[in-house]
Amino acid sequence: MTTQNAPASMYRTTEGLGVWEHKGKVAAVGIGHSPTARRWDGTAGNTLGANSIFALRKAIEDAGVSPDQIDGLVLDPVTTTGAHWEAGDPLPMDVINTYNQTDDPLDGIAKLSAEWLLKNMPELTNVKFTMYGQGCMSHAIVVAAQAIGEGRAHTCLVLKGWHNLEGRYNQGGVSAAEEVSGTYATGPGRTIWGPPGSYGTALQFAEYCRKYGKSHDMMAPFMANSRRNGLLFPEGYWAQHRPEQLTPEDYLAARWIAKPASLFDNDIPIMVSAAYLFTTAERAKDMKQKPVYILNHASSRGRLRSMTPTLDEVQAETGSTGKKILEGAGITAADLSFENMYDGFALFHQFHIEGLGYRGMKFGDALDFYQTDISIEGPNPVLPSGGNIGSGRSRFWMHTDCIQQIQGRAGARSVTGVKPEIAVSGGPMPMGGNFTVWSATPD
Amino acid sequence: MVKQGVIPDELTKPFWDAANEGRLVIQNCTACDRLQNPPAPACGQCGSGDNLEWKAMSGRGKIYNYGVVYDCPIKLLQEDQPFNLAVIMLDDDPDIQMYSHLPGTPVDDVPVGASVEVIFEATANGQKVPEWRVVS
Repeated sequence: MTTQNAPASMYRTTEGLGVWEHKGKVAAVGIGHSPTARRWDGTAGNTLGANSIFALRKAIEDAGVSPDQIDGLVLDPVTTTGAHWEAGDPLPMDVINTYNQTDDPLDGIAKLSAEWLLKNMPELTNVKFTMYGQGCMSHAIVVAAQAIGEGRAHTCLVLKGWHNLEGRYNQGGVSAAEEVSGTYATGPGRTIWGPPGSYGTALQFAEYCRKYGKSHDMMAPFMANSRRNGLLFPEGYWAQHRPEQLTPEDYLAARWIAKPASLFDNDIPIMVSAAYLFTTAERAKDMKQKPVYILNHASSRGRLRSMTPTLDEVQAETGSTGKKILEGAGITAADLSFENMYDGFALFHQFHIEGLGYRGMKFGDALDFYQTDISIEGPNPVLPSGGNIGSGRSRFWMHTDCIQQIQGRAGARSVTGVKPEIAVSGGPMPMGGNFTVWSATPD
Repeated sequence: MVKQGVIPDELTKPFWDAANEGRLVIQNCTACDRLQNPPAPACGQCGSGDNLEWKAMSGRGKIYNYGVVYDCPIKLLQEDQPFNLAVIMLDDDPDIQMYSHLPGTPVDDVPVGASVEVIFEATANGQKVPEWRVVS
């Protein structure tokens, strides 16, 4: 079995498609998370692969199904946080030999295939459908939901795993080279001009502040709220390893990375895996956990005109994404109990929620909104998961939180100012991502 | 600031050759009458690579936006931190952007919207690269 990337036809990328044809017919029922770590410790028990098996087995157990009932597996095979196994570095053969291997010795360590997982989870005896949703958990969720809707699978695991190795973020490889290719040097992203990862978002935020008369310090309440919510997320990195609140003073005193993006505006890269179990709405009725129905999935595929997105381009894309999200679910923004849009650079969360029209927001409103009550106890919760700022870079806390809140399993993080009935999560980038609408009821 | 050396490849060789001659050229699709940067094997609009040429630019532009880099992933630039990293939009077509360190402009004292002109600086291996300087 060789697993393929999902075809473009599985993603809903344009406006005007109407209500999703499988609205309410797919449900999430199980959740599993591995422990978090800042980096891999080099042991066989804590590899990317080990974490992923742990999370998958947790999700199966949580859903209360037997492994032989599972017929689908969707995951993202690309697992790097920005750390790469450099060519020529010795392979950890003792770790590699602990597991059943594929043709690639780094499978399960610095990348992850469906084949590796199936070789190392012998209890998955009936998996007939595997597919990659390449990018992050938001991709994999869309692919799994669509696959179940189309009848390609009936009970499907959805997985995202991350590896993080020693060394500073994105500073090896081409960043350390003395010479680079002409194409690399003229390209966007990392180039000979040296932008850090958050540079593009910093630019958009700077333009946003100039246009609407806002300032970086207005982000402080959002940041404090995110960390607070993250510390109430027992599966998250900060809750497990560094239970420290982030005060506005801490935030404003942080060093710059790419001004106006500071250290805390960047999410911290970590090792972690998470898995969900999706099935048909019909089968979900009899499972251990309350079903959380998927009302829609929508994707954005914004195209840049040149090197870096302008604010106009970003707002056009997020506005379109908001329309697609709501249209396909057959709801309005007023129907959303809360939002869990991506934040893994903090300075673009406002683009997502303004495009969505969350709580009637228009472009330019979000930073003022952050000065009001955005807590989980209030009527307008912003990112109750705490997102990636609150729990580390996984790009899946938002999805887990939506499911847990609607199931009534969010514990101390439960929203209390609203009844958790319909929520949206997704990302990552304003110019490109995948989004899901979750609901307590199928309609 | 000395940038990483550049080894021109098939796609970008005309751009780099022109830079060594003190000229700024940008890829242009003659069928669409549309400039594009970064260079690509095909036109981003019509999808064809058959009508791409390299078109001479005036070498003038405006500062569209900027950030200040304090934590750069590129090893060679780290000793120059913090530094400006601006986005220039070309007068020939404001939709076309290029990066610049704005040599001569103080850190975080960047006049957004100001006029700039192209200059050419040598990278670590001698290959010249277009840079931009504020026009006083």
